[in-house]
Amino acid sequence: MTDIRYLAPNTLEEAVSAFAAASGAASILAGGTDLLVQMRAGVRKPGTIIDIKKIPALTAIEDLGGGAFRIGAAVAGGVLAEHEGFRKAWPGVLEAINLIGSKQVQGRASPGGNLCNSSPAGDSVPAMVAAGAVVTIQGPNGRRDLPVEAVPAGPGRTTLAPGEIVVCFTLPARPKGASDAYLRMIPRTEMDIAVVGVGVNLTMEGGVVKAARVGLGAVAPTVLLVEDAAKALVGSKLDDAALEAAAAACRAVCKPINDKRGTIAYRTKVAGVLLKRVAAIAAARAGGN
Amino acid sequence: MSKTHVTTTINGEPMEFLTDASSSLLDVLRGPLGLTGTKEGCGTGDCGACSVTVDGRLMCSCLMLAVEAEGKSIGTIEGMAQGGQLHPLQQKFLEMAALQCGICTPGVLISARALLEKNPDPTEEEVRFGLAGNLCRCTGYDKIVRAVLETAADMREAAR
Amino acid sequence: MNEMSNKWIGARTIRPDGADKVTGRATYSADNTMPGMIWGKMLRSPHAHARIRSIDTSKAEALPGVKAVVTAKDVVDFPLDKSVMLGIQDMRWMCRNVMAREKALFHGHPVAAVAAVSEEVAAAACALIEVDYEVLPHAIEIEDAIKPDAPILHEWNQFEGKPSNITGTMVLKAGDVEKGFAEADLVVERTFTTRPVHQGYIEPHACTVSHAADGRVTIWSSSQGQFMVRAMTSLLTGIPQSNIRAIPAEIGGGFGAKTIVYLEPVAVLLSRKSGRPVKIVMTRDEVQRATGPAPGSLMTVKIGAKKDGTLVAAQGTFYLQAGGLPGSPLRGPVGCSFAAYAIPNVLSTGYDVVSNRSKVAAYRAPGAPHGAFATESVLDEIAEKLGLDPLDMRVRNSAKPGDKAIYGPNFGDVTFVETIDAIRKHPHYKAPLDKNPRPGVKRGRGVASGFWYNAGGESSVQVNITEDGNVVVTTGHPDVGGSRASIANVVAELIGIEHSHVNVIIGDTQTIGFSNLTGGSRVTFASAMVATASCEKVIGQLKDRAAKIWKIDAEAVKWEDGMALPAGDNAGKFPPLSLKELAAKANEMGGPIGTQVQLNTTGADPGFATHCVDVEVDVDLGIVRVLRYTAAQDVGRALHPGYVEGQIQGGVVQGIGWALSEEYLYDRNGKVDNATFLDYRMPVCSDVPMIEPIMLEIPNSKHPQGVRGVGEAPIVPPLAAIANAVHDALGIRFTALPMSPPKVTERLEQG
Repeated sequence: MTDIRYLAPNTLEEAVSAFAAASGAASILAGGTDLLVQMRAGVRKPGTIIDIKKIPALTAIEDLGGGAFRIGAAVAGGVLAEHEGFRKAWPGVLEAINLIGSKQVQGRASPGGNLCNSSPAGDSVPAMVAAGAVVTIQGPNGRRDLPVEAVPAGPGRTTLAPGEIVVCFTLPARPKGASDAYLRMIPRTEMDIAVVGVGVNLTMEGGVVKAARVGLGAVAPTVLLVEDAAKALVGSKLDDAALEAAAAACRAVCKPINDKRGTIAYRTKVAGVLLKRVAAIAAARAGGN
Repeated sequence: MSKTHVTTTINGEPMEFLTDASSSLLDVLRGPLGLTGTKEGCGTGDCGACSVTVDGRLMCSCLMLAVEAEGKSIGTIEGMAQGGQLHPLQQKFLEMAALQCGICTPGVLISARALLEKNPDPTEEEVRFGLAGNLCRCTGYDKIVRAVLETAADMREAAR
Repeated sequence: MNEMSNKWIGARTIRPDGADKVTGRATYSADNTMPGMIWGKMLRSPHAHARIRSIDTSKAEALPGVKAVVTAKDVVDFPLDKSVMLGIQDMRWMCRNVMAREKALFHGHPVAAVAAVSEEVAAAACALIEVDYEVLPHAIEIEDAIKPDAPILHEWNQFEGKPSNITGTMVLKAGDVEKGFAEADLVVERTFTTRPVHQGYIEPHACTVSHAADGRVTIWSSSQGQFMVRAMTSLLTGIPQSNIRAIPAEIGGGFGAKTIVYLEPVAVLLSRKSGRPVKIVMTRDEVQRATGPAPGSLMTVKIGAKKDGTLVAAQGTFYLQAGGLPGSPLRGPVGCSFAAYAIPNVLSTGYDVVSNRSKVAAYRAPGAPHGAFATESVLDEIAEKLGLDPLDMRVRNSAKPGDKAIYGPNFGDVTFVETIDAIRKHPHYKAPLDKNPRPGVKRGRGVASGFWYNAGGESSVQVNITEDGNVVVTTGHPDVGGSRASIANVVAELIGIEHSHVNVIIGDTQTIGFSNLTGGSRVTFASAMVATASCEKVIGQLKDRAAKIWKIDAEAVKWEDGMALPAGDNAGKFPPLSLKELAAKANEMGGPIGTQVQLNTTGADPGFATHCVDVEVDVDLGIVRVLRYTAAQDVGRALHPGYVEGQIQGGVVQGIGWALSEEYLYDRNGKVDNATFLDYRMPVCSDVPMIEPIMLEIPNSKHPQGVRGVGEAPIVPPLAAIANAVHDALGIRFTALPMSPPKVTERLEQG
């Protein structure tokens, strides 16, 4: 009945060619924490599963110096958490990836899977957006780079062309005084899907914000890069007025839904509350840098 | 419908099995391999009753395809005791009544062992967050957390 | 037998089933296989409410690999005009619960079942069954189901002369409430709602059954009563009980919900039709959608008090949501809400409301937590308004021994005040609490009490002495929480041998006498009583054997520390005879030593509990967290303290989930929206603190060891205790559960 093929290619070229050849009937397997659940629910019925974990580029963590990193799309959060250098440079991205699910889930779940599953609430994405991550994509027509925020197209959909696979995330070099943080609101203390998720990446100098990026998740069909919130923070000392302006900017871009995890009103309010808290944590970390 | 032949190591012993590509590791452990100590509570990675280690890393076996076990070293509850000797966690759980119905216990023990292997001196909070992926409905977690903390202390003492 | 010099009773021994449970060897419901086994799957209604016009199973039956298909036609019918009771379950509803008959009454209601060579084939066959549904409008919430124009689930049911979804009522009265309220200085009336919550056992329902060619049936499944499994299966299949052997697997949680069956009768029918053993395992999705949770509720409680806190009148109206078929636990809120208090004027009324969601099943003190949420919140408000300490007010009004309880009998001992005092004296209650620790965070403390009936009931135990002088105890009750450990303690103590020389096993329906369900806080109470009676008989036999050997009268023999001794100097000078020696001589001296005792145990006294909780609220996010929890309960005698503490801690944490995060959510089509453990949010380890149990051991004089049932009372106070703590923190009374973050935020914004 279920005649699914499983492939575990060793090279990216083989993976891309098998993926393209399947014309939409294949699914990519990294950690499987979304795919297996969806298959079990009957929501996805791939004819072929292409396991990308045997491809070196997909599971590599490369320190490019100066805080810049290249992370393979299939690296598990738990593995990334063991990388001391990455933790120092990008604590916000790391905590975002490692808030997905439980310790067990973190043993498998990957930023590539989290991004391509394209749930509006995926925890890693707001932090990746705030980090200014660039994804490298390989497809039948070659390789290209995209800012991470350009990948999600809507709930469950990406802008990737047929046959394209996300290969890695490149995080840029960190100037001195830069750090990031991610917070989400969940009703319990663990295990829940984010009701709202906020990632903030700051560069501070002498207590003044020189640069900022704000990623906001679970309040719109895709994660949002909130430029107005960043603008409100830049040049400020993260005083109450600046934080309130940034929070208001977050609230303004919210287009959430009422669902089993949160209401429109609640999500909108929480977006602002979290922005202030995350900015403070990022600033404290940046001060330490 | 042709099955894939998988060669793997489970609890230190080489094993082989045939599986469909769509079966999870949990399906195969409980089915053809007869290792029913690992439990299915939800099948979607939300309860931790199916926890195993794969190459030493803690995972939900319901979230892994059986075919992925090829060449890996899997640890299940059946391998936690060495011969007839219970692991200190297993012994402590019995002494401290840290289980009632026992269905979550294999998963909790596997998780707790993985936790202590990474962090031999956890705080209560670290234990609680480390075990957050294991649902227990009977105990309210109190005795489980105490048993893990006490075992950690015992194991640190024994290592001196 | 309440001496503090006990060696085993009260000791924290290792449970007999422990090693298997920590090594993964214990076999639970889904862990068994039978040779030649095939797999069963249920086809479930995609509609919340629909008439079933016809079912065509021909395509499914024709699918290669399918061995049998079953529908309601194959299940014994219990006509709607005649009630047939099995315990508290009405078989008219049970037969329709396991398989829809005239109507599909909830989304997920089984309408057919298939057995095939694999789960995949069985599922594919289910998809080929054609059901002609006439879809009907549905109603899920109580308010919607009792509206005048509500869709009616059961046309034959009338209430107050009209077709209605109210299928039952219960009223308890004392005095005259109108007069009482007129005398009150203060009257507080509030309306409360709770959502349905699932018992949340981690083990989904499953069974493996074999119907052999000669009509004998073997059922392997976990349940809260293998005798219930046998009886229900017999009634629903028409197979005589003597032909059914129900073997209890280890059970992975029940909390009341596994006191009925969903799968076994259907599996037996599939096995009979196919000629093969059949295994059915529910998915978590099926468990959450289609098995009975605890009811949702709509309750109004009105209490009148004098200025000094004396309660003069109490009135409660409790609507419980039964689900698609009648039978919500009205006796819970109606009987328990006011029971612990000596209130002269009471009117307590319950209404059973059917609606298009799965039929409820028991959940730990069924219905009592609902009523306590309402009552204990109102009492808290009264205490606050009168400027009285809430614990003092409860003490003032406590029922007394000999008082007539609202639900009928006169109270024997009443140990309610002792639980209140235990909290009052506890460091937790006296600890200072900074209500404003930092900006955006508020803290508060709340207390509440609870009452549950408890139960006795039938129990059977066999005690047999092995040829090598050890003891095997066979009990008839499944062990949900460590009862084998307690029984081992009692038997080791009474016979006077090492605990490790006592083994306790659970018999099946063909190897042990009838035993009633594991539930109602009764297993340890009843089993210990029956085990005591068995041990007394066995000790009698041992004394007889010694007397024969010594050629003296049996009355001249005493039994101490595992040995027979002459009872006094006059009896003669004989060296002691140990259990081992007597066992070795058993066969030559008259035969094996052992006995079975079956009793309908009585003397179970109610359970009283008082709890204290500190909470912290993140005001901007509306998140409530429990910081500290202390639970006092009279347990009579803790035969095994570890497992008694465990019952208290587990019940409290279930109450925390119920109060703060658990609820059923439905979409517009009446489909459960959160049927996974991801979105049905039970507390995880990091959500709760340590739970401190205070076990008061005030012996129950009607029990040989003084035991009181403990399992259910712990879940009764938490809902109100937490709501009262949140009120202390925020000044806001929550009358709707759960107090989830969006709801807390909304109320805070309303000011």
